[in-house]
Amino acid sequence: MAEYKILVVDDEMGIRMGTRRILQNFRVDYPFMDEHIEFNVLEAPTGEDAIEIIDREMPDIILLDNKLPGIQGVEVLEYVKKNLYDIVVVMITSYASLELAVKATRDGAYDFIPKPFTPQELRSSIENITKQLFLKRMTQKMNKEGKLIRFQFLRVLSHELKAPINAIEGYLKIMHEKQFGDKIDSYTEMIDRSLERINGMRGLIMDLLDLTKIESGKPVQNLEKVDLTKIAGISIDTNRPYAIQKDVDVYLNTREPVFMEADPKEIEIILNNLISNAVKYNHQGGRVDVFVNQEKHRISLQVSDTGIGMTEEESSRLFQDFVRIKNPKTKHITGSGLGLSIAKKIVEMYHGDIEVTSIPDKGTTFTVVFPVE
Amino acid sequence: MKKTILIVDDDMDYLFQMKLKVEQFGFEAITAEGQKEAESIIETVRPDLAILDLMMETDDSGFILAYKIKRKYPEVPIIIATAVTAETGMTFDINPDENSQWIKADLFLDKGIRADQLQREINKLLKI
Repeated sequence: MAEYKILVVDDEMGIRMGTRRILQNFRVDYPFMDEHIEFNVLEAPTGEDAIEIIDREMPDIILLDNKLPGIQGVEVLEYVKKNLYDIVVVMITSYASLELAVKATRDGAYDFIPKPFTPQELRSSIENITKQLFLKRMTQKMNKEGKLIRFQFLRVLSHELKAPINAIEGYLKIMHEKQFGDKIDSYTEMIDRSLERINGMRGLIMDLLDLTKIESGKPVQNLEKVDLTKIAGISIDTNRPYAIQKDVDVYLNTREPVFMEADPKEIEIILNNLISNAVKYNHQGGRVDVFVNQEKHRISLQVSDTGIGMTEEESSRLFQDFVRIKNPKTKHITGSGLGLSIAKKIVEMYHGDIEVTSIPDKGTTFTVVFPVE
Repeated sequence: MKKTILIVDDDMDYLFQMKLKVEQFGFEAITAEGQKEAESIIETVRPDLAILDLMMETDDSGFILAYKIKRKYPEVPIIIATAVTAETGMTFDINPDENSQWIKADLFLDKGIRADQLQREINKLLKI
């Protein structure tokens, strides 16, 4: 449990006591917080008292009335801002002085609560502020620790995991309430969509496992002499059922073995991602060509398809985490948005490079290049 | 006459389910699967209310779309429905002036909102 200190500055004893009562048993928690936050209410009847308490107790949040007997609320606000204290200041103000409150907000108050307020209004204000403050502090802390990128990743991840659950839940509710009547056949499409979303989620989880392997496995790679042509063959076989289903032919255009020092599992992840994409974003009756090329100082893997292609702008975003190209052509295609970013991460571990060229409605070619001595 | 509600979301399942709900509330629903499609719809149609997803083509498609709708139809109320708030507590920093001036949503709603709550919020915005 964490405790935030809230200082109420108001010359009306009723407001101070009311606030104390309202926030006494109130707590704030939300999914990302491991702990919940409770509140300790401090009181100051004047601005002068407030400043003394601020210096002594360093509250987290100040609820500040402007009309005080001595110095005014805005002066207390100024004091907090001048000293760069990490305190969220909220003005409590009567409707008559809304203009002042707006001005105070411009001068650095976080928000204002019009008075008289109901317990619910106060609680929901405090809840928002608490979350904001918690998040701000967490962000600052993570920035220091370089964890912000990780956090953003988790944020998108939780979104990506939650979306299919919401969709499936929605369909189940419709079925539960029999909104389309008693016949199960009326719900076929919803059931299909639910299964599709579950598949997508399973794919995401598999990709996450790959990603965890890459990120935790570094630099423990099981390097051995591997035949890339052979792995390409395995990968094509893995994708064969999917290709048949989509009516896409996949060809391996290299016969001779091409050897490289690598972890076969990692090469397979790269090829699986490229080949399954080439099938997935293809037209019915389309084809995929896979090449493994041995050159003097490099080895390249090439996967070309005759699929829907993409614009230059779309391909420039392709390798980022969770980026999925969204357009009418891709709207029925599910994916985690992680496959290519995983492939790129692995390629980079081998000091290699991955590139894409694409023409809309003609097709896309991915080329992976590994430097070799 | 039935009021028309524009729903924009790139999740086709969510879009379908939202359309269903809105129609059950007794409104006409027009749907778009992204910012671009929605932009072309508002060229010819003036909805009575719009419900927008936040992250579509880009992370802030919903904001941009809200801005464009408000510029064309200042009086059309806009709800931004998002799953982001509930997951992270992120409140889009509505306090700095530069944001509050261009984020033109009338209401932010969590995507998991119950149907009856949604109906109440819509009715409130439409002053029904």
